[in-house]
Amino acid sequence: MSKTPNDLRYTKSHEWVKKETDGTVTVGITDHAQGLLGDMVFVELPKVGAKVAAGKECGVVESVKAASDVYAPIAGEVTAVNTTVSDAPESVNQDAYAAWMFRIKPANAADVDALLDAKAYEALVASEAH
Amino acid sequence: MGQRTPLYDSHLAAGAKIVDFGGWDMPLHYGSQLDEHHQVRRDAGMFDVSHMVVSDFKGAKVRDFLRLLVANNVDKLKTPGRALYTCMLNSKGGVIDDLIIYYLNEQWFRIVSNAATHDKDLAWMTAAAKEFGEVTVSERPELAMIAVQGPNAKEKTYAALGENLREAAGTLKPFHSVTIGELMIATTGYTGEDGFEIILPAKAATFTWQMLAEAGVAPCGLGARDTLRLEAGMALYGSDMDETTTPLEAGLAWTVALDPKDRHFIGRDVLEKQLAAGVPRQLVGLLLEDKGVLRSHMKVYCAQGEGETTSGSFAPTLGKSVALARVPAGVAVGDRVDVDIRGKRLAARVVKYPFVRHGKSCID
Repeated sequence: MSKTPNDLRYTKSHEWVKKETDGTVTVGITDHAQGLLGDMVFVELPKVGAKVAAGKECGVVESVKAASDVYAPIAGEVTAVNTTVSDAPESVNQDAYAAWMFRIKPANAADVDALLDAKAYEALVASEAH
Repeated sequence: MGQRTPLYDSHLAAGAKIVDFGGWDMPLHYGSQLDEHHQVRRDAGMFDVSHMVVSDFKGAKVRDFLRLLVANNVDKLKTPGRALYTCMLNSKGGVIDDLIIYYLNEQWFRIVSNAATHDKDLAWMTAAAKEFGEVTVSERPELAMIAVQGPNAKEKTYAALGENLREAAGTLKPFHSVTIGELMIATTGYTGEDGFEIILPAKAATFTWQMLAEAGVAPCGLGARDTLRLEAGMALYGSDMDETTTPLEAGLAWTVALDPKDRHFIGRDVLEKQLAAGVPRQLVGLLLEDKGVLRSHMKVYCAQGEGETTSGSFAPTLGKSVALARVPAGVAVGDRVDVDIRGKRLAARVVKYPFVRHGKSCID
């Protein structure tokens, strides 16, 4: 069973989103997503300072099996990226919630609350399994 | 639900992720495709390849028939047990399938062919046999097949299945086989490593798998099988060649026997014409120099024109991405080409393949 922490928000495209105390949000891909993709071999991150729109691709994760875009969950500006994951893509498989990919300063802080909560994301995953 | 091999329950018990492969429910991996890949390069792994098709060809004229049926020459098979890799061509020189032919005795040859091409292969082979006459073709679905591969594969197989195997199979050179009762042990494989392919009664498959596992042979799925064969530069039917390509355009000229000149085989005239006119396309190896992962069906831009990757992946042994690509004639090892990866043109270098042999990189 994949993990879905209760304190995070989620997207339909399988990113997790964490609200930080400084007003930024941290983004990664979910445990469910890494499980589907399998062994990760390449991660491409957005550039710091990039302006992103909600739902726009701003990174790529590639496993041995397939490539998958990573989407910006909300609009804003990229303030940090985690080069640890691009240097060691397997860290996404080891702990998808520790292997964050980028931080965004939201254009509109309330956007985060419109994302899925853990229960809604689990329901989405369950529905995609059929 | 697809077809299942006798080892299906063993795969589930070992935690396999099952996928459809040519109508079969097969293990993709048992947790980590990368770990399984390294296990085969460094130690020993086993693959359930029971979905592959085993057919026996029998009759007084079976050798004459096979001379006609395939592009390689079965006259290279002189001693019982010898194996031969070949393509079976249609009348246009296109590849219907690639096969391994085992010479068991003068009245009995065995062919192992791909699962996904089962129906068309059998239809083609039985029609040709019927027209030729005096040759019977019988499928052997009651047989299973396990490939044990890796530097320690043979030792672990002896440990699992008995020391008497060492005597029977230990001195076999590559592409040979020996039959012991209902077992056929062959020194063939699809990984670029040492090892055996074992054909055995389906009813003995579960027990044999278990004994191999207890001897430390790790179950490996089709995912690792694909990255291993790609690193080893071995063609995959349906990706690197099919009915629209001749073996000459698929890096398989070495499997085409044009001598002796008077041996007629199906597709021969087309290959001769192609050679005379110049083969327009060739299969080359690519090593990605930029960051990313090559996949199949990516466009390749060369000085001589455009081509396409036919197989591509991250190569775990190299830590880089490689591909096989069909490109115009004239492209040579050392050339720089661009590959369109998801809308970006990234740099790759044309390299010789195999990319990896016996655990070691072959790339300069």
